[in-house]
Amino acid sequence: MFDVIVIGGGVIGGAVLRELTKYKISVCMLEKENDVCMGQSKANSGIVHAGFDAAEGSLKAKFNVAGNKMMPAYAEELGVKYVNNGSLVVAFSQEDLKTLQVLKARGETNGVTDMEIISKEELRALEPHISENALGALHAKTGGIVCPYGLTIAAIGNAMDNGAKLYTDFEVVDMQKQDGVFTLTAKDGRTEQAKLVINCAGLGSGKIAALAGDSDIVVKGRRGEYILLDRESGDFVSHTLFFTPTQKGKGILVTQTADNNILLGPTSEEVETGNTDTTADGLAFVIQKVNAMVNNPPLYNTITSFTGVRAYSTRHDFILEESKHVAGLLHCAGIESPGLTSAPAIAKYVVEELVSKHIDLQKNENFQGKRKAEYFFKQLSVEEQNALIRKDPSYGRIVCRCEQITEGEIVRAIRENPPAKNIDAVKRRTRAGMGRCQGGFCQPFVAELIAKQQGIPFEQVTKNGKGSEIVVGVSK
Amino acid sequence: MKNAYDIVIIGGGPAGLAAAIAAYDAGVKDILILEREDRLGGILNQCIHNGFGLTRFKESLSGPEYAARFIDEVEKRAIEVLTQTTVLSLTKDKTVTAINTEYGVFTVQAKAVVLAMGCRERSRGALNVAGSRPAGVYSAGTAQKYVNIKGYLPGKSVVILGSGDIGLIMARRMTLEGAKVHAVCEIMPYSSGLKRNIAQCLDDFDIPLYLNHTITKIEGDKRVTGVVVSKVDENRKPIKGTEMHFDCDTVLFSVGLIPENELTKSAGIDLSPRTRGAVVYQNRETLVDGVFACGNVLQVHDLVDFVSEESELAGVSAAKYVLGEREEKDVIDVVNGKNVSYVIPQKLDKKASGNVKLFFRATGTFRNCVITAKCGDTVLLQRKKQIVVPGEMETLLLAQAKIAAAQGNIEITLEEQA
Ligand SMILES: Cc1cc2nc3c(=O)[nH]c(=O)nc-3n(C[C@H](O)[C@H](O)[C@H](O)COP(=O)(O)OP(=O)(O)OC[C@H]3O[C@@H](n4cnc5c(N)ncnc54)[C@H](O)[C@@H]3O)c2cc1C
Repeated sequence: MFDVIVIGGGVIGGAVLRELTKYKISVCMLEKENDVCMGQSKANSGIVHAGFDAAEGSLKAKFNVAGNKMMPAYAEELGVKYVNNGSLVVAFSQEDLKTLQVLKARGETNGVTDMEIISKEELRALEPHISENALGALHAKTGGIVCPYGLTIAAIGNAMDNGAKLYTDFEVVDMQKQDGVFTLTAKDGRTEQAKLVINCAGLGSGKIAALAGDSDIVVKGRRGEYILLDRESGDFVSHTLFFTPTQKGKGILVTQTADNNILLGPTSEEVETGNTDTTADGLAFVIQKVNAMVNNPPLYNTITSFTGVRAYSTRHDFILEESKHVAGLLHCAGIESPGLTSAPAIAKYVVEELVSKHIDLQKNENFQGKRKAEYFFKQLSVEEQNALIRKDPSYGRIVCRCEQITEGEIVRAIRENPPAKNIDAVKRRTRAGMGRCQGGFCQPFVAELIAKQQGIPFEQVTKNGKGSEIVVGVSK
Repeated sequence: MKNAYDIVIIGGGPAGLAAAIAAYDAGVKDILILEREDRLGGILNQCIHNGFGLTRFKESLSGPEYAARFIDEVEKRAIEVLTQTTVLSLTKDKTVTAINTEYGVFTVQAKAVVLAMGCRERSRGALNVAGSRPAGVYSAGTAQKYVNIKGYLPGKSVVILGSGDIGLIMARRMTLEGAKVHAVCEIMPYSSGLKRNIAQCLDDFDIPLYLNHTITKIEGDKRVTGVVVSKVDENRKPIKGTEMHFDCDTVLFSVGLIPENELTKSAGIDLSPRTRGAVVYQNRETLVDGVFACGNVLQVHDLVDFVSEESELAGVSAAKYVLGEREEKDVIDVVNGKNVSYVIPQKLDKKASGNVKLFFRATGTFRNCVITAKCGDTVLLQRKKQIVVPGEMETLLLAQAKIAAAQGNIEITLEEQA
């Protein structure tokens, strides 16, 4: 039995799990998919929002601003790429210009610093490719970008290094509480028990609440489609460019990513399921909007497109509270944008304010919060790289040529916490296959490394779990 | 290994091999070939079908056989080779940084560099094809690698997008491996593959070729379960109501090759937006002195025989550069005229010796046409051709005297006769 079970391996579950390992308690994470970071934390804009967007007094506003301040140190500790690139909300009409004033005032109320309304000319100086129709912008200098899957996986890995357990393919389908103990049952019949349960199940968080007999939490989905451009065009814009928000929401953005790609999107469409297909209409809409924001976007450098599904609550704010019906069930539900930004602040709050009410938290003196710097080989100095290659020559063999990822990094991703079991999992951890050829060259090598490390036949290597085997048999 | 060489050749495929041999024979023996794979030969290693070398050797060889002829010559000359070595960057002053398990990250200084990195395939992602992202979606070259090198069958029920040569050859290969190839779809009104490949790879196996068609949706959660194929209009936009559905477990993309010029860019060498390869003079020197480019990294060739020919030229030029045979250049441009999508070389040095073979491609299919090279109103050369297709590279041999006498840029045009 554990002290605390965290349901859901997204950025919120990950941050909470890691925060829990700072104390002398036993914790585990249950994740329904074959890997962590398979929900909205995998496919989003990766923006560390400044915090001018959320309504005054909302939990979104509070945790956004707090999370924004914590993010640089949080990312640094976990060895994840974060860049303070600054956000620009661009106005295209007189109406928009008025809205910028409103946003700035709201930001100030929310506690956002370093905002400035800039002229057309100043905007052009910051972003030379901006459309001639842009009239000015709100420049929020605390806005940033972070690698969202990097952040999620590193937090979970670090929590595991500090003693947390992870059970994947564990879809919680039943929850019972008896004598102060929760028993959670997976689809395949496995069970885990704990004194406290933290519901970080994203799109599934309403269902988890319902399993426990709590019908207060209603979570719905809204799809967003994206287009990603090659790093070759990575300097096309340097800030995050937003349209001025309207009734309908934040709209399409154009941004650099922490890995120096260019990201375009997302669309916004209500959905019933978590289906992440892309559509011709959705992608066409993204392109149309992007063309309105910037001149001659380098769309010829498109390398992929994808969809994320926002999990929002019908309260339209984060739900961070203990269930009113089931004591010991803590909800982190409806964590839509700016959830990524807010993750470190949410985790601290949930553990220090909510968990602490039930468990006497004593500091874990052995907690090691820092992930090894060698996590990204490319970022090391040549001397450090060579020291590593002398120790382990596999770091001298490039497997993914587009992103220059070495065999050593891939093997480590397969072995280290949380272990990568398939090709997409390796990709999320190392970026092998994420570049311009989209795995065309490296997939067979990555597959061989997985087969070898796991001691399985090549035919059993999958792209993304059972049923997605990459080959169907041997050739003649 | 030393830390300085006369010539460093990046890439040990057919281009790099031919350049190395030619440079050696032209008198420069201090050469290093850097190759990232574990053996020389490049993409030829996975092309186990025949048809290589018909022009050069007057016989039909498999890819590995063709490569072996050049590898033998490299070995005979004891040219230094480092395999499993990936070049990470290149500078204008010809410092090459590379990585391998033995030396770690290391640099070598070259007097001349030959770029011979080849090309990569465009992926599904580059086309924004809608739908899901399951297993079973491969570029044709990746599938070829699985079948021919790794010994695995990537799928049993296949639809192919793109009728370039790799797509056609994989249609046959997959069929011979026992898979069912339902269709080859081509968005253009013509195939960009060689005519002989359409006959031998599709017609002989009754595989239908759908011209003016593209894949508009990929279906399947974990593994591909089917695709939607639509007819396209003259602007290559899918026409609503023309959708056909194919059940399949595999989709292969053969939708074009892109020269791999990341290193070229890292060195600040000018590229042509048309070819996505370096801009070069007739000796295959780029706009950076002493850096040469040849083979598919320069322009995507139809036949390896042409790659070898071009690369020998680059190798000899690199050797001449090292031996100090350089002069101030007198430069004119070669301009893409009517119906011409690109010409290599893009620049001509009027003072350079030797006739120049221009390589070019047409923008579409033309019949009964005249190819003209002119300088202003002066026609330098004219040639008739029954049919010209984008899938087959055309050549034009320009006499040195004509180039030397040119009073301005030379334009290449292609016109259909009434
Ligand atoms: C299109 C889009 C753009 C966004 N852009 C930004 C942005 O720029 N900046 C920002 O700050 N935020 C952004 N967000 C919001 C941010 O991505 C989310 O707030 C954050 O990822 C939420 O994390 P999570 O852990 O709550 O959810 P998730 O990442 O969805 O994790 C939930 C996990 O729970 C698992 N689970 C569900 N049900 C069960 C069950 N029954 N048993 C076991 N496990 C279960 C799921 O498989 C999943 O892994 C965006 C979101 C989207 C979709």
